[in-house]
Amino acid sequence: MWTWFHRLGSPRWFYNISGRWLPWLSVAAAILIITGTVWALAFAPQDYQQGNSFRIIYIHVPSALLAQSCYMIMAVAGAIGLIWKMKLADMAAKSCASIGASFTLLALVTGAVWGKPTWGTWWVWDARLTSMLILFFLYLGIVALHSAISDRDQAAKATAVLALVGLVNIPIIKYSVEWWNTLHQPATFTLTEKPAMPAEMWVPLLIMVLGFYCFFTVVLIMRTRFEILVREWRTSWVKEILAKS
Amino acid sequence: MSFSSFSDFIHMGGHGLYVWISYATAFAVIVFNILMPMRLRKQFMVEQARQQRREEQNASHT
Repeated sequence: MWTWFHRLGSPRWFYNISGRWLPWLSVAAAILIITGTVWALAFAPQDYQQGNSFRIIYIHVPSALLAQSCYMIMAVAGAIGLIWKMKLADMAAKSCASIGASFTLLALVTGAVWGKPTWGTWWVWDARLTSMLILFFLYLGIVALHSAISDRDQAAKATAVLALVGLVNIPIIKYSVEWWNTLHQPATFTLTEKPAMPAEMWVPLLIMVLGFYCFFTVVLIMRTRFEILVREWRTSWVKEILAKS
Repeated sequence: MSFSSFSDFIHMGGHGLYVWISYATAFAVIVFNILMPMRLRKQFMVEQARQQRREEQNASHT
């Protein structure tokens, strides 16, 4: 167990193994997202109340799920970096921030665009929407903090602490639709119950969710590999890679 | 297929604008996430190559 942990902490080992994973993950992400999009746009039946605006769910739900998962991964990686001083965890945490921000923005934009025909308004200051907006600002704060502190270890520490404090927002997002009255509908997928929609509606949604997670893994690996090159450029193995390209 | 013609598909029963804005934004976010790390990497490579040449020049002068 511990040798595995130490190997995973080695940037060189991670750089090599992730290079082998990348093509497979990229192909999987592309197949899932393309299949999901075609199915979602052209083949899924329209909703009997919302008509075709319902098709926005296939972007909105995966991006919102990913925005929150990415935040949790960032906070956990930050904590690992704080506790065990694992450099690779710091790099992964840093890489999560701007990816997460982009997907939170996507969830907010698709939510607003969906809200207009469904609720008659682009935006309401209710708990779910506001807590998602706070998530977006947390991500932006972490990106800004990274660029404001020039010392890498100090920046990693400060952003990890901010990410951990902001973690309190995640259960607020999750339970906001249950704790407060809201226009927002409750969760589409739960682990315990069958989805309240027919299979030809939720299967493409599941495919899109999986596709988004694969895509996230791909871009997280790409960014983390870049961070490795930047931080380890003095080492001989990185110099070899740089010389080859 | 839940649409009978291509113009039906674009129109989305009057919700075309909303649906297509959503999918276009998603596309933009995906492209951004692919291109950003590639651009950063390329910039870094160019910077490193330049530095390498500078070091070699310095070495040959002294």
